[in-house]
Amino acid sequence: MTTTIYVPIDSAATSIGANAVALAIADEATKRNVEIKLVRNGSRGLLWLEPLVEVETVTGRFGYGPVTAADVAALFDEDFLTGADNGFSVGIVDEIPWLADQQRVTFARVGVIDPLDINDYEAHGGLTGLRTAIALDPSKVVEEVLASGLRGRGGAGFPAGIKWRTVLEADSDQKYVCCNADEGDSGTFADRMLMEGDPFTLIEGMAIAGIAGGATKGLIYIRSEYPDAIATMKAALLIARGCGLLGDDVLGSGKAFDITVRVGAGSYVCGEETAMLESLEGKRGMVRAKPPVPALHGLFGQPTIVNNVLTLATVPMILAQGAAAYQALGAERSRGTQVFQLAGNIARGGIVERAFGVSLKELVENYGGGTRSGRPVRSVQVGGPLGAYFSASGLEVAMDYEALIAAGGMLGHGGIVVFDDSVDMAQQARFAMEFCAKESCGKCTPCRVGSVRGVEVIDKVISDIDRTANLDLLNDLCDLMTDGSLCAMGGLTPMPVLSALRQFPEDFQK
Amino acid sequence: MTLVVTPWSPAAGEDLLDLLPADERLILPALQAVQQGFGYVPKEAVALIAVALNVSVADVHGVLTYYHELRTTAPAPITLAICVAEACQATGSRELVAHVGANLAPVGGRSDDGQVDVVEVFCLGNCALGPAALINERLVGRLTTKALESALADARAAL
Repeated sequence: MTTTIYVPIDSAATSIGANAVALAIADEATKRNVEIKLVRNGSRGLLWLEPLVEVETVTGRFGYGPVTAADVAALFDEDFLTGADNGFSVGIVDEIPWLADQQRVTFARVGVIDPLDINDYEAHGGLTGLRTAIALDPSKVVEEVLASGLRGRGGAGFPAGIKWRTVLEADSDQKYVCCNADEGDSGTFADRMLMEGDPFTLIEGMAIAGIAGGATKGLIYIRSEYPDAIATMKAALLIARGCGLLGDDVLGSGKAFDITVRVGAGSYVCGEETAMLESLEGKRGMVRAKPPVPALHGLFGQPTIVNNVLTLATVPMILAQGAAAYQALGAERSRGTQVFQLAGNIARGGIVERAFGVSLKELVENYGGGTRSGRPVRSVQVGGPLGAYFSASGLEVAMDYEALIAAGGMLGHGGIVVFDDSVDMAQQARFAMEFCAKESCGKCTPCRVGSVRGVEVIDKVISDIDRTANLDLLNDLCDLMTDGSLCAMGGLTPMPVLSALRQFPEDFQK
Repeated sequence: MTLVVTPWSPAAGEDLLDLLPADERLILPALQAVQQGFGYVPKEAVALIAVALNVSVADVHGVLTYYHELRTTAPAPITLAICVAEACQATGSRELVAHVGANLAPVGGRSDDGQVDVVEVFCLGNCALGPAALINERLVGRLTTKALESALADARAAL
């Protein structure tokens, strides 16, 4: 009998030895003359258990982790092929409470299937959404997306259906779908994991967007820092073309749609949608003034649907299961689920997909298990480098778009970075300005010059040079950057700075 | 993995630009193709690209100097890109950068033996397993100074 064994090929897993584990398992199986089928799946998102080896048994997929290559012989000795309970076992993976409590919609297949096996994809519900969309009038597809309440997962939270409707109603010979996979926020890795673990979902979502909006060309802009995601997406596109999922006649619909991958060159601001469009046109990644909006005047001046990876990858599920099912999840105006990413100094980091409204405290404490260092949590940054810092006593906030804004923060792309009590919040505030100075596109003065001045002023505050006057100046500068910047880069950099200043004033008074 | 690069010559540059697919006859993809082919973007390539794409030299220069990753000099065989963004700061990247600075090369510098370029990068998407670095195209996580040295030794051995 052949036993199926899963070892993740996700780059987080391989960054701590999953490739060596996979090799050791193959070698050991040959040595012991046992027949195995080794599947390199995506990661289940329980990153603290990586490398997590799973074995298919009659009762489900049994997990062992973390495993190193040196442990592999012992795993065989201790009968992991039959799902034996041993020193490495974590039980049936689907039943681990951390995972069982989640509401996986966008990430339903990530870690479960072989990322590049289209049959496995289809067996797990893939292509149902696209087939549904093909059978509908494009305006009905747009209505479904609108009714689902799906909002942009890149950070801005704009209703996806409204963008799609605008593109559908625009008159043009050539329209585009551009997927923003320039996931530059520190603390976020969901786009990467989805592209590495379930690339066909993104392709299917983009094809649905193409059919709904009347676009025939799609582009995925992936940051160069993600070599594995680039390789997986390119391989998946070849397979998709080969089986008629992309091409002149998408799944026999008579409609054409194809996708190409384009790679970034190390510029954070290219994650801003108009800077991304400039970069896709081969130019400097300079932010455009809006209006006109990209839905009307996007790539090469044509109507363009621009959405984040997670937004597009959620669409197939919405079409397959109906807008109502997705809309039923969530809180207030934040409908559906959010893929939260637990990162930084955290004991149990990884992917937690839950309906909007779960509290930050639950994510950090119950799922995250506090810090990896074992020291007390002091600060949590939500929403990437432009997001606010929360203090350990301020974690009761509900994680939805509006509740976070009301609490002085923002959801961003759903990244949560935990710091222990060794953090110096004045240094974190300084870093926010320094990062903005390095990554500003330079188009508007408040961002380009303000960030440089911000670093200087914070340095003076830290060194106790005319501290009171410089703190006033810093607040003034932050107001100016917030109100006067063209995009979120300069406009939101004050958020981490001011939140640190407000909640951790003692760090600025040393 | 080792990067395979061809020595630069204007003729080789022209051949490479001829191969660009129609929808990538744009400045950034052209610069990326040159960098991928030759390891860096030689000065002469700027004018070649301008001619090939029918754009001004100033436009090509503007794009070349905008993107952090595009470089105008040949890189060392190994590039160590250390993540210095928040999630990795929370797990000790500042200390790692200090160690590398003291023992190998500072950020932006090259090791004394000419084998390793040290650069900083803002996020590699390995934020739950930090500190992280990219050594050529290999992502490494949960780095300690010891683990980093062993990963660098692997990279040197693979040259």
